[in-house]
Amino acid sequence: MIPQKKGWKEVPLAGVCWMSSTEYKTGDWRSYKPIWNTEKCTRCMFCHIYCPEGAIKHDTETNEMVFDYDFCKGCGICANECPATAIEMVLEGKE
Amino acid sequence: MKRLSEWKFTSKEFAQIPEKFLSGHRACAGCGPAIALRLVMKAARGPIIATNATGCMEVVSTIYPYTAWKIPWIHTAFENVAANASGIESALKILKKKGRIKDEHVDVVAFAGDGGTFDIGFQALSGAVERGHDFLYVLYDNEAYMNTGIQRSGGTPHGAWTTTSPAGKVIPGKAEYKKPIADIMVAHEMPYVATASIANWKDLVVKARKGMEVNGPAFLHAFTPCPRGWRSETEKTVEIARLAVETCTFPLWEAEYGEYKLSPQSKVIALKPEKKKPVETYLKMQRRFRHLFKPENKHVLEEIQSEVDRRWQKLLKACEIA
Amino acid sequence: MAKVEQKVVPLNGDEAVAYAVKQCDVDVVAAYPITPQTIIVEKFSEYVADGEVDTAFVCVESEHSAMTCSITASATGARTFTATASAGLALMHEMLGVASGCRTPVVMSVVNRALSAPINIHCDHSDAMAERDMGWIQLYTENSQEAYDSIIQAFKIAENLDVMLPTMVGLDGFVLSHTLENVSVLPDEFVKKFVGIRQVPRVMNHEGQLVPFKLDPENPLTMGPLDLYDYYFEHKRQQEEAMRKALDVIKQVHDEYAKQSGRSYGNGLVEAYRLDDAEIAAVCIGSTAGTVKTVVDELRENGIKAGLLRMRAFRPLPVKDIVSNLAGKKAVAVMDRACSFGGNGGPLFHEIRHAVYDLPDRPKLVNYIYGLGGRDTTPYMIEGIYKELQKIAETGQTENTVQFIGLRE
Repeated sequence: MIPQKKGWKEVPLAGVCWMSSTEYKTGDWRSYKPIWNTEKCTRCMFCHIYCPEGAIKHDTETNEMVFDYDFCKGCGICANECPATAIEMVLEGKE
Repeated sequence: MKRLSEWKFTSKEFAQIPEKFLSGHRACAGCGPAIALRLVMKAARGPIIATNATGCMEVVSTIYPYTAWKIPWIHTAFENVAANASGIESALKILKKKGRIKDEHVDVVAFAGDGGTFDIGFQALSGAVERGHDFLYVLYDNEAYMNTGIQRSGGTPHGAWTTTSPAGKVIPGKAEYKKPIADIMVAHEMPYVATASIANWKDLVVKARKGMEVNGPAFLHAFTPCPRGWRSETEKTVEIARLAVETCTFPLWEAEYGEYKLSPQSKVIALKPEKKKPVETYLKMQRRFRHLFKPENKHVLEEIQSEVDRRWQKLLKACEIA
Repeated sequence: MAKVEQKVVPLNGDEAVAYAVKQCDVDVVAAYPITPQTIIVEKFSEYVADGEVDTAFVCVESEHSAMTCSITASATGARTFTATASAGLALMHEMLGVASGCRTPVVMSVVNRALSAPINIHCDHSDAMAERDMGWIQLYTENSQEAYDSIIQAFKIAENLDVMLPTMVGLDGFVLSHTLENVSVLPDEFVKKFVGIRQVPRVMNHEGQLVPFKLDPENPLTMGPLDLYDYYFEHKRQQEEAMRKALDVIKQVHDEYAKQSGRSYGNGLVEAYRLDDAEIAAVCIGSTAGTVKTVVDELRENGIKAGLLRMRAFRPLPVKDIVSNLAGKKAVAVMDRACSFGGNGGPLFHEIRHAVYDLPDRPKLVNYIYGLGGRDTTPYMIEGIYKELQKIAETGQTENTVQFIGLRE
């Protein structure tokens, strides 16, 4: 969603930011998408730790690694670092 | 000398720490510095104020009106992040003393790239450390002025291609060697200096926490590859950071008041020298060193290896490991 | 009639400034020494060492860092002060824009001194004039008493929630800074009450909440982001608006202070000296105005209708006051203690000329550049200026628009 541009009278003082970056979805940047395999995964947390976007979270209730595709840029670090080869980078649209 | 606490946690516990450097920032895919910032922010132990020098991380995290910082944050200019931190820390101290703000400790963390640290930012850093302000300075070193388009900095290694030290017909990349910034900071006789690599995440996180705990200035030199500027594959960022340690190009150590101590990952190599990988395995992964693999530039490869070896031996001596 | 009892203390300009800062409950002072400001920081560090003030005194390693520390300390909610001159102000240049853009109400004393090269430690206004576009409120003082009074007023002006702009108070290097004067100082309690405790406005943050405008872990906000072409212009317009609001605020604070101290300086923006029925007048900034007043008095005794308009506020430019005071005057000499090289005159000349341009009865305006690098400007020279003004008033002709006075040809 592109925010409505505010006029100078409405804009907050001194250029203080008024939107969180989480409203800017960088997911559409990627060409490759990480696909996670729950059986192979050892829950080592490396993918969560090394993701530059913080787009991989560990859901303690379901014990699943949750990939936030709204923000994943498809860099492939998670797949490269995974010691259990539980993540595969697949061309977007071909998964 | 008071020992800094050893923060213990499991990976799973670490994964549950809330993020303070949020998604939606505009860093390149595979950005090393973004990993470092996320990890350092997870090491925060309570109220914290951060400040950045102009550079990649500042720009990608605060494109108006968006901000990726969940915590209070300020940016003013390129060469003065240490002075930023000095002002914040001084204000907090005096306002607390006067009872105008809550009497609780607030950590102050300054982030800067190698641009804002080695070169233009050095004066402010040296001054702030000399005055003994209580803050942690985190240098995310991607070895060039990346934000303005990959120009060489004092942190660019010998032989590397950058846009202002290109690999030309006469001069094959940067002629000068990397400024030993962390050693220069140790010479300030400051409470805590450490080097860390994003590949050794736990070591980095604990060192960041130690830096925050120190009562006085602390300096953390984080090694953060940049796929864009180093011309490497985006998925190899962490792997390259690992190789930098394994080849002793970027050894891991810490120094409390000038007393050097090797960190485990580098100590292993010190004790078993056969584990030290040749520097070529690291250089091969980055096309910024591609020209060095031509026969006419072989001497540069040798220069790089011998300089890595020389600095490694110097470090071992400082750590009192023969 | 002064309402508050005051005592007279012999102080030079720098000491008067330091004294005022001592009384204003300043939280952080970050400064770097440079002649002729050194006495301010030296005196203040004595106050700190003796426990007379509760202030964090940061001996920074350069003026650039001095302004940086002041900005971020102010952003953290502290009342901050710094001081500099000449090359130090020039070194801070980048950060002056940042202070204004970040809307941090830093107060700075600029002990006006010439810019290099060649290096010169004496008085002229080129240092502060070079910063006139940076978004700072600029007040210039005629004597050490006014410097003392203006520093106290500056905190109140800068911190006003409608203004929130950094403010610089200029005093002439060596002429005022190092010359002893009898300064009437107000009681500590009065000054502390006058400036009050620093308030901050509320602003919308990125979590959709209205939070106090300061760095505070309880209410996070992001200051100093990257603006692209879609918002920068709006942010700058806001600064301009604050400057416009400052015109009234400067007057209000001045009047409030005058009521209690018994001392006023014109209306706070400009001081009109025997200008009502004057036919010829000079416009001047700083300590030389004092000399001009003496000359004006002499001329008046000889029946010449001379007057002086002293500019106290240069930024924001008090256009209405300039226009109302100079309308109908036959000839006006604008005296500049700075030269805008290649600009056909000095900065004050440019501004006054453009301010009166739309007047149907605008006066003939000429420019005299004087006193660069501390060159002494004598009453005799100023008399010469008024003589030339008389000729212009009679003939209606201007021979030379821009002249240098006190210069050896």
